[in-house]
Amino acid sequence: MSVIPAEMGLLLSGLLFVLGLIGVLARRNLIMILMSLEVMLNAAGLAFIVAGSRWGQADGQILFLLVLTLAAAEVGIGLGLALQIFHRFKTLDADSINQMQG
Amino acid sequence: MFDLLGWVPIIPLLGFLILVFYGRRLSKPEIAWIGAGSVGISTVLVALLGFEFLQGPMSPYRLTLGSWIVSGDLSIPFGFYLDALSLTMLFVVTGVGFLIHLYAAEFMETDACYARFFAYMNLFVAAMLVLVLADNLVLLYLGWEGVGLGSYLLIGFWYQNPANGYAARKAFVMTRIGDTALALGLFLLFTELHTLDIPSLMGRAQSQWTTGAVLPIVAAALILGGAVGKSAQLPLQTWLPDAMAGPTPVSALIHAATMVTAGVYLIARTHVLFMLAPPVQGAVALIGAVTLLMAGCSGLVQTDIKRILAYSTISQIGYMFLALGVGAWSAAIFHLLTHAFFKALLFLAAGAVIFSFHHEHDIFKMGGLRKSMPLAYWSFMIGSAALTALPFTSGFYSKHEILLAAYETSHILWGAGCLGALITGIYSFRLVFVVFFGKPTREIEKKIGGRMTIPLVLLSVLALCGGLLQIPLDTVFPALSEQNPGQNATLVSIITLAAPILGVAIAGLFYLTGTFSAANFVNLPGARLLNRLFLTGWGLDAIYGAVLIRPFKTLAALNKNDAVDKLYLGIAWLSRQLHRLTSATQTGRIRWYASSMAFGTVVVIAIGLLS
Repeated sequence: MSVIPAEMGLLLSGLLFVLGLIGVLARRNLIMILMSLEVMLNAAGLAFIVAGSRWGQADGQILFLLVLTLAAAEVGIGLGLALQIFHRFKTLDADSINQMQG
Repeated sequence: MFDLLGWVPIIPLLGFLILVFYGRRLSKPEIAWIGAGSVGISTVLVALLGFEFLQGPMSPYRLTLGSWIVSGDLSIPFGFYLDALSLTMLFVVTGVGFLIHLYAAEFMETDACYARFFAYMNLFVAAMLVLVLADNLVLLYLGWEGVGLGSYLLIGFWYQNPANGYAARKAFVMTRIGDTALALGLFLLFTELHTLDIPSLMGRAQSQWTTGAVLPIVAAALILGGAVGKSAQLPLQTWLPDAMAGPTPVSALIHAATMVTAGVYLIARTHVLFMLAPPVQGAVALIGAVTLLMAGCSGLVQTDIKRILAYSTISQIGYMFLALGVGAWSAAIFHLLTHAFFKALLFLAAGAVIFSFHHEHDIFKMGGLRKSMPLAYWSFMIGSAALTALPFTSGFYSKHEILLAAYETSHILWGAGCLGALITGIYSFRLVFVVFFGKPTREIEKKIGGRMTIPLVLLSVLALCGGLLQIPLDTVFPALSEQNPGQNATLVSIITLAAPILGVAIAGLFYLTGTFSAANFVNLPGARLLNRLFLTGWGLDAIYGAVLIRPFKTLAALNKNDAVDKLYLGIAWLSRQLHRLTSATQTGRIRWYASSMAFGTVVVIAIGLLS
């Protein structure tokens, strides 16, 4: 069984994180922003897994479980908010919901 | 018996309090009874006290009602002091004051603010009584300020007209300049002599200070400043003609019984200090002489009946200052007494004329009142005769005494006094001839009643015979220096006697027979300017306006936006700008926030890695 080198795993996780960040910043639809956030969280989770396997310890997998839980909770609240926002503004465009200006 | 002394100022004060608190609920007769009655009771008390005092050895009597201020070695009691001087003043304040109150009861009857009027009048009289009775200078100062307040309230009594309010403020501020000097004098006396009790103060001044030293000169000069303000002498006299804005009884009260005589009283009361400061005493005489001439000239050209009388008051107080300045203390107080009688009479008679003419003040719109108003005519005749010091009237005795005393000191002062007497004769009888002789111009509108008649009659008698009163003032004042009748004593007497008569004759030639006409003189070169100068009271108002008021107003206008405020406004402006800048970042765009967070994180990590 060939071992994927840790550098490659971390590179992938970094790539995924940047992709997610670009999605958060570039997308205007709230659902897509939430999905991009999920990608970023999973990128962070992947970094933990890679680090765990590199050091041969279970901590990385435990932290991934925590990240999963966080992601689930975040999606729950995020989707709930998105629903409410859609009810109130009849849109999911993040840029047009900008009434809280200074 | 003398214990009753305390009630003399308290009863008018009670009258004031009752009228202030219950004035609205009282009917007009009740108000008149309380207002005039309280002063009447004081008058009766003073008469009883005076009778008792004159029977006895006439030694000063002191009554302490309680202590007012106690702090360290400063102890100010509510103490009253009765001697021949304060008794004389008491007679003037209560006696003349009561007659004026009685007169005002009818004069002001149609006024809506009847209770307010009598409340102020009572306050005024009470303050004046405290002033003349006080045994220490602080209590005297309390009365002094009370008189200032009373005059302010009464001059501005018809406050709906802004001009009256202006006149009231002017009187208040002008006298306040003098009051400040007086307060400084009090501080100086206390720090130097450690007491403000008048008899012990005078004793210590005499024993600790030498004649002509700096301290008594400064102290006397400061007290003189106070007296000059209150008694309307040069250079603070400009408030008095404007004080005519008040109702006529108020003018009578201010001019005859209270207020303007306070300065004369103060100098007489502290005469020891003035004797220790010969230069200041000389200044008193000089101020008196100059003021009496200046005011007399102004009186010559006025057309408002009350302003003529106002200038004559300034002039007569000038005579009192002249007497004080040459050391004729009793003559000054004697003139104060007789002046109170005839000036009150003149004002009340003028009030009767104004009352009947429905508030007409211009003498050239009156005329021929001799037949229609015999009482006012005779009152005016007697009052003017006394004012002019025609022989055997009250003013004759007092003014003659002053002029002879002035001759002893300086021939120039005497000359000024005689010239002043001549001018007095001209302007008083100009007034009489214009108002009461000539052709009747219009019908009188109202008849005067009993309450106005009685004071006029009584004051006429006093103005005629007041000169026969003998006040034992020699117990208070040192006797005049050696009477030194030179070889021309007879000549001096004759000139002193003739000057006022000549004045009357000149007035007669101008305004009675019409031999000369004032209009011809106005066209002479320079006369127009002189006329303007006299009419405006020597332009002092204009000078003060240019020198003091205009620069002050300019400064105030310049600093209208408050230079100091600019700094704080700048700080506020800066923080508002910063606020606008930072609040501009709050766009409400969630992606904007996310990218700035990401950017910030990158920067922080970069800093962490690179350092």
